[in-house]
Amino acid sequence: MENVIEVTNLRKDFKSYSSRTGLKGAFRDLLTRNYKVVPAVNDINFLVKKGEMVGYIGENGAGKSTTIKMLTGILTPSSGQITVNGMNPHKERERFVQTIGVVFGQRSQLWWDIAVQESFRLLKKVYKVSDEDYNSHMNHVIQTLDIEPLLDKPVRKLSLGQRMRCELAAALIHNPPLLFLDEPTIGLDVLVKLKIRDFLKEINEKYQTTILLTTHDLTDIEALCERVIMLDEGKVIYDGALKNLQEKWGEGKELQFQFLEKVGVSELLNLTQGIPVKWEQDEKEQIFTASLEDNDELISQVIAKVVAAFKIKDIKINETSTEEIIRNIYEKGAV
Amino acid sequence: MDKYLEMIRIRFLMMLAYRTNYYTGILIYSINIGAYYFLWSAIYGSKEQIVGLSVTQMTTYVAVSWMARAFYFNNLDREMALEIMEGKVAIELIRPYNYLGMKTMQGLGEGIFRLFFFSMPGMLIVYFVFPIEFTWDLSVWGLFALSILLSFFINTELNLLTGITTFFLYNNSGLIRAKRVVIDLFSGLLLPISFFPGWAQDVMKFLPFQGISYFPSMIVTKGFSHTQALEAIFQQFVWVIILFFPIQILWSLAKKQLIIQGG
Repeated sequence: MENVIEVTNLRKDFKSYSSRTGLKGAFRDLLTRNYKVVPAVNDINFLVKKGEMVGYIGENGAGKSTTIKMLTGILTPSSGQITVNGMNPHKERERFVQTIGVVFGQRSQLWWDIAVQESFRLLKKVYKVSDEDYNSHMNHVIQTLDIEPLLDKPVRKLSLGQRMRCELAAALIHNPPLLFLDEPTIGLDVLVKLKIRDFLKEINEKYQTTILLTTHDLTDIEALCERVIMLDEGKVIYDGALKNLQEKWGEGKELQFQFLEKVGVSELLNLTQGIPVKWEQDEKEQIFTASLEDNDELISQVIAKVVAAFKIKDIKINETSTEEIIRNIYEKGAV
Repeated sequence: MDKYLEMIRIRFLMMLAYRTNYYTGILIYSINIGAYYFLWSAIYGSKEQIVGLSVTQMTTYVAVSWMARAFYFNNLDREMALEIMEGKVAIELIRPYNYLGMKTMQGLGEGIFRLFFFSMPGMLIVYFVFPIEFTWDLSVWGLFALSILLSFFINTELNLLTGITTFFLYNNSGLIRAKRVVIDLFSGLLLPISFFPGWAQDVMKFLPFQGISYFPSMIVTKGFSHTQALEAIFQQFVWVIILFFPIQILWSLAKKQLIIQGG
């Protein structure tokens, strides 16, 4: 399969100005200012193949948006090479952007004061889409995203969820082979999120659209992406399958017990002596959590002992969630 | 080209979306013309002519220059500054068009809208209220049309230039305001250039501003002879070309050091 995105040694430095303290400092700042060169993206490398859906994740300020802006040709890299769809995004911007679609969740690309369909019409002209292509492709998009009744409303009167669906449709007017989504589900309710995810899956299957997605909502990533690229302080700290991440970091399981009678932690500790298990107590609800390694034998032993000794109201077995895995990684800053 | 024409249409729609702006605009321009009419009547007093212009020519000059302003005037600099400060310029850069070209088209759409729905009806009202004399010589109007088109380009180029400086200054509202005052004063909108002291007129000859308002207004009030009018139009044309270069240079510099503000 051909590579859609090739990034080698990509780097972007920003000047970060700092103000001196006090009035004297403020006057000195008028003449010369202190600044540090801060790398927002620090020598990253990755490849994305055609038809892949890749989650690009990292903490706030890790350099995700900066990378996307360089990949879409908005920002010039300080050094390094980018080839997207066989072109250098920054050098051949006008020709290049014809082959991509972009959604910035925090910015609207529709014209605020006019009806959605007028924006679509302008974009259709801008991307030089023929009437037949537009009708066959967009009618489907409009139906799937259920935005038919919104088309004659000005954008300023749409709710966030309605607007996001229109934004997504607007990014797809020219049916681009590559789609960049920068936090597309930010602030959306569950139903709209599901609709957008289903839609993305569908176009990925139907047109082999490559999708690069940044988000803080890991359920998006779980639902859509097989591969994740994780960024921390401008560096790629993990690039691989989401499953591997779970297997490698998803250490142990949690057993949650809720008892009918009052139970103390010490009693539980006595009960499970000799088994490597850690007990935690949630005071309010009489919920006790046992964390132990992922071993079927051990889990059954613990459950058997506890159930035999106390009356149980509720019991749950939890795997470590992706969210926790990612949080662990962020905290440690490495994989 | 299609996309640029479509942009003009979109701008029409945007102007129509805010009707109150449209009506108050007509009112403000009429008040301005009225105020200048009374001011100039007082200055003229019993004098027949000042610097070769009669009071009727002066009133016509004021009316025409304000109506022409409706066409060439736009807020592209402020729009650009806002787009850059809020980071919306990112959206503009992911589209397959020339940002500055598209901005110019938006300005043109706005200008054409105001020319037809604002200047022309406004002119009719003013014509019946104040003593104004229009020439019915079609060649004069033809030259005038060419001249205000060039005024539009000079003014828009200055606006783009001011707008691009936002990339370097991050907040240039002071510069934008200063630029507007300079243009209103030096373009001959408030005072015909021939009223300026001699040395100032000499300086003006080397600046693009008189091409914005003074030339077209002088053409239509017949303050210029036919050859003078042609010379003036040629001068405007030269300025349109000269101003094109600093814009391109600044724009390519700006793109290199572009920072998208706010995430």
